Amino acid sequence: MILLGINNLLNNLPFLFEGLGITIVLTLISVALATLFGILLAMGRCYARQPLPFIIYIYEKIFRGLPLLVIFFLIYFGLSQQGIHIKAFYAAVIGLVLHSTAYQIQIFRSAIHAVPEGQKTAAMSLGMSKLKTIYYIIMPQVLRFSIPGWSNEFTILLKDSSIAFSIGVVELMARGDAINSMNPDGILYVLLFIAFLYFILVFSINRGLNYLEKRYRISGYAATSVR
Amino acid sequence: MRQPLSDEKGEMKSLHMLEVKDIHKSYGSCEVLKGISFTVDKEETKVIIGTSGTGKSTLLKCINQIDPPDKGEVWLEGEELTNPSVDLNRIRQKIGFVFQDFNLFNHLTALQNVSIGLEKVKKVDKEKAREKAMKELRSVGLEKQARQYPAQLSGGQKQRVGIARALAMDPAIILFDEPTSALDPELIGDVLDVMKNLAGKVAMLIVTHEMGFARNVADEIIFMEGGKIIESGSPEQMFNNANKERTRQFLGKIATLYGKE
Repeated sequence: MILLGINNLLNNLPFLFEGLGITIVLTLISVALATLFGILLAMGRCYARQPLPFIIYIYEKIFRGLPLLVIFFLIYFGLSQQGIHIKAFYAAVIGLVLHSTAYQIQIFRSAIHAVPEGQKTAAMSLGMSKLKTIYYIIMPQVLRFSIPGWSNEFTILLKDSSIAFSIGVVELMARGDAINSMNPDGILYVLLFIAFLYFILVFSINRGLNYLEKRYRISGYAATSVR
Repeated sequence: MRQPLSDEKGEMKSLHMLEVKDIHKSYGSCEVLKGISFTVDKEETKVIIGTSGTGKSTLLKCINQIDPPDKGEVWLEGEELTNPSVDLNRIRQKIGFVFQDFNLFNHLTALQNVSIGLEKVKKVDKEKAREKAMKELRSVGLEKQARQYPAQLSGGQKQRVGIARALAMDPAIILFDEPTSALDPELIGDVLDVMKNLAGKVAMLIVTHEMGFARNVADEIIFMEGGKIIESGSPEQMFNNANKERTRQFLGKIATLYGKE
């Protein structure tokens, strides 16, 4: 029984690793876009003129209030009914980005507020424009402050990407499901292996970002040295 | 008091380097400044004293337009800062600002704090900017701390970096907003020494509660209360022969607190 299960797993390894590749690509594209939008919209919420901050606020409230599965189904099945057909993979990217951006705005916004207001005043007193102040003074500190929260969001997004199997993206989880339906006896080993892969990915991401956090820590600055 | 400079040359619209005319500023229904006017000439040191909450800090922020006044004019070297069409980013390079709580950039070393204005605002080439920054740090006695971050410096050292940061831009005037209020008595001395050395080299407008410093270094003392200037004059006049009863009262209180010099 055990041997059969392991044999089944080994036979399907290439198939699973291909799925892992799709999971990684899906995650990286989504996290990159969501981070970009997260930073821009957080800036917009803090520094832009009304009504932009209010619009961003409404967006945030909506997408933090919806389960990811509902977002996926709305984009994939809902839009399809209206004649807008989006490929499953892109629908998953859009869904993940919409969802994660809403959370990342919060992460970057709290980091922006962590930079003392006086530094902005000081930069402007030197003759820096608002943009230069944001670029040279605010952003370098915001990025450092947001590493812990952002690494959380990164790993959450990686794990959330498994839900994309529900709209037919053949990523890691979907492939496991396909193997299991053909050979239900091996289900435990396949699932354990998939769990192991996710764990290793999350573990390495956290390790890598931990290193970044230490590497770019501001010497003697309490906000990053407290854990 | 020094004579006004540069009027002989006739190239400036205002006779004074800095001229503040009838500044008014309100926050909501609370009028903080109720018509402030004074001038500062080249290389002159003026000290503003007065009880807390009389708008002294607000006045400084009105001058460099970080918090623009509701009414009134500010002129610097013949240019009107309160004119909406003026390029404030250019003007602010000429006005140094030293803050009560230092406001150093926490992610930059002492040296970078001083050089960043030169590099990013004045577009000075990086090496030259660092060289000049080092020179300014040396002038405030901090060359050894050049590579340290603000969090690794004492309060007095931070404030001296703050002064070096202002000096590096070669400003026409430096505004000091209670530069020693956050420091303990030992550190205050270091900062005041640096400021004393600057007297007569660059114009300074200093809000402070350091009466000994005001008496020894100021060309003129301005006493503010309730959003107005009550009286101004030379240190001798203000301390020994003030015209207004309220001025005598305020300075008398300080004399009884600290003992006459």
